[in-house]
Amino acid sequence: MTSGRMTPAGTLADSNSSPLKLFSYFSQNRSEVLSWLGYHAWLSALPVLAGLLIALPLGYVARRYRWIYPPMVTLTGLLYTIPSIALFVAMPGILGTQILDPINVAVALTVYTVALLVRVVADGLGAVPEDVSQAATAMGYTRFQRLLRVELPISIPVITAGLRVAAVSNVSLVAVAGTIGVPELGQLFSNGFQLSVDGPYYPPIALGLVLCVLLALAFDGVILLANRAATPWRRVASAR
Amino acid sequence: MSSTFSWLNDPDNWHGADGILSRVGEHLQYSAIALGIGAVIAFPLGLLIGHTRRGSWLVSAANALRALPTIGLLVLLYVIIAPQIHGRGNAVYLIPTEIVLVLLAIPPILANTYAGVQNVDPAVRDAATGMGMTGGQVLGRVELPNALPLIFSGLRSATLQVIATATIAAYIGLGGLGRFVYDGQASQDFAQRTSGAILVAALAVVVDFVLATVQRYAVSRGVSGRFSRRAAGPADALGANVAQVEVAAG
Amino acid sequence: MIRLESVTKRYPDGTVAVDELSLVAPSGQITVLVGPSGCGKTTSLRMINRMIEPSGGRIFIDDQDVSKVAPARLRRGIGYVIQHAGLFPHRTVLDNVATVPLLLGQRRKQVRAQAMELLERVGLDPNFANRYPAQLSGGQQQRVGVARALAADPPVMLMDEPFSAVDPVVRAQLQEEFLRLQSDLGKTIVFVTHDIDEAIKLGDQVAVLRVGGTLAQLATPAELLSRPADAFVAGFVGRDRGYRALGFAAAGELPVSEEPVIVLGAPLAGARGLTADGWVLVVDPARRPQGWLSVAGVDAAALDGPVTADLLNLGGTLATQASTLREALDAALSSPSGRGVVVAEDGRLEGTITASEVLTRIEARSRGTQPVSPA
Repeated sequence: MTSGRMTPAGTLADSNSSPLKLFSYFSQNRSEVLSWLGYHAWLSALPVLAGLLIALPLGYVARRYRWIYPPMVTLTGLLYTIPSIALFVAMPGILGTQILDPINVAVALTVYTVALLVRVVADGLGAVPEDVSQAATAMGYTRFQRLLRVELPISIPVITAGLRVAAVSNVSLVAVAGTIGVPELGQLFSNGFQLSVDGPYYPPIALGLVLCVLLALAFDGVILLANRAATPWRRVASAR
Repeated sequence: MSSTFSWLNDPDNWHGADGILSRVGEHLQYSAIALGIGAVIAFPLGLLIGHTRRGSWLVSAANALRALPTIGLLVLLYVIIAPQIHGRGNAVYLIPTEIVLVLLAIPPILANTYAGVQNVDPAVRDAATGMGMTGGQVLGRVELPNALPLIFSGLRSATLQVIATATIAAYIGLGGLGRFVYDGQASQDFAQRTSGAILVAALAVVVDFVLATVQRYAVSRGVSGRFSRRAAGPADALGANVAQVEVAAG
Repeated sequence: MIRLESVTKRYPDGTVAVDELSLVAPSGQITVLVGPSGCGKTTSLRMINRMIEPSGGRIFIDDQDVSKVAPARLRRGIGYVIQHAGLFPHRTVLDNVATVPLLLGQRRKQVRAQAMELLERVGLDPNFANRYPAQLSGGQQQRVGVARALAADPPVMLMDEPFSAVDPVVRAQLQEEFLRLQSDLGKTIVFVTHDIDEAIKLGDQVAVLRVGGTLAQLATPAELLSRPADAFVAGFVGRDRGYRALGFAAAGELPVSEEPVIVLGAPLAGARGLTADGWVLVVDPARRPQGWLSVAGVDAAALDGPVTADLLNLGGTLATQASTLREALDAALSSPSGRGVVVAEDGRLEGTITASEVLTRIEARSRGTQPVSPA
């Protein structure tokens, strides 16, 4: 990847390379950008959902069988330490896919999300007050019913906080994959980078930043709304 | 996979200006600078905010930075700064990268230092003040030692993110281990590319392990609970994110 | 001596936690602040060492206005014990105790040696010195908290519900040891509790505070029990006042009667017919009471054997000539034979006394026939 030395551009506001021109850049490349946006949203959201589904039983098991917790912590910590680009690049070798296949990104991010959420689920379930669990058992709930109707609902706020961290960091991580050519919003950054030969070419970069931030905020908002909907008792408590 | 193995075993690839060893050195250098600056800014700030309980909005603001895509920031800053710098070799890549890396390092260190100080048992803080310690003494002799597990969590989380992003900075032209990934990508040398990925992962794991060992000896046993062979409470980089989660969950 | 003059604490939202409180805590004595939640007892305590600043009034320690001394310096001269000890988790027990002397600049080696002595004084095994607070039980942590407060030998100690967080058995032990310690040390202590029984047990004088932070009554425990100032104090002090007040009246010379005894290990047959109701007091060879034996209750097989420990009823408490009326009455009431055992200082039997004999004495006392000074 060569990076040419750049010369300063002309005045920013009226040049074609101004960041404000992101709107015209968008309309000129609308279909491509929108498809990237779609991929990006998909690649960020799917790992969160899949990660949650996988992490819930794993977190429960780590909580139920106490001896599993410490090695689980070590393993998830290890996975989380591996930089994202390393995972993206290693995936084709493991999965047998092509390097540009978005599936690599989805799987890698699912691994991260699971690593993060297993701890969160285990700790969230662990934070349910002991007397509440005991009361539920004493009233005749089976273990599964107790989990579903008492312990999980109480853990929702903690798990939600974890989902927010996972979703927002996924948006940033997906963009990284643009550097190896995977189609998503990160491509805007690599385009901007490559087009900045005679001077900074801002529009795609600015567009990319704006869209990523908007996407992250949208995810955050959706998760927060879902949290509110799922925990009506907390609303009442703070309203007092 | 076998080609990757032979690439890694080739001694030519280890030495010389473009070899693995010098790239590791570069990578560590870039990371250390950013972590150093980030810690110098975030650590005292976190202690202060945690001790005085004022200005916690700063912590929330720092956390909001997480929403920005790091690669986008890298490209943006490079594109802005590069024309301003003439003639000096690496600086044109290094400066934008270091800015982004410092911005990345600050939120985990700040949030976790703040949370660590704030989470000190109020009774302990009360006893310390009641015994006649000044504010500074309470902070330095009582709150800080008890906040160490979370502080280390934050430091390890920041280190991880910095090492990971320094890898990506190779995309805009910086050195470091990411060079193998991107050069390998460009020249379709998959062995090089995969080797780069493995090396980066290995570096991150090793550095985290070193930090964990430092943590083991720095944190008082009374705080970590390490009395017998009982495993220590999880206070690692992932724990830092989980701690952030718990702080967010209120 | 600690003097509060019209001390007031008013919060910005209008709540008055302490309202013109004036009282004197005499030197060398334990003054207990007691009252329901919201009576300002903890607030008042914390104003003495300026953890909370008063809105009005002044506080003097030995005629020195506390507001004129730098807070940190003031606090280093005051021992401070709080409910959950607040031990530093990151330091060993010994280092915890050594905190204030080191703050004051004393030499490390000497401080540590003194700290070890203090640990023994508060009843802790020296092995605990290098353990961390997390390895100690609640009661042990509280002891360390007291040792830590005593370390710099401050003349004044402030204690905020120090024994509330432990279970009743441990609490009683800690209270007993605390009283023993105080009789050795003679510190000026202000002690806060919500438990009136603890206040009565520990205090040389007790200040009962009302919700809203005003003083309802300041008196000795005996006076509090026998002459509560108003309905609030009466209600707060609670029931069984008369009975509890007996705990403050020395019984004086108790009129004991002779009691036939049988020695442990002697043939059981010798106990038959000794007493009218069949209960015989069993003693050891040194004439120290071991328990009561009911001849009728022994089964036929044991009748031919010796008096053994497992045959004994251990129900009765013991009274001495130095007992209070309450202890004397309890000895009689708890004894299975109705005869309370009275022993000398060395534990040897002196005789027995019945409940009606004690009651006669009690009534004589209230009639004034036999003036008895408060214990």
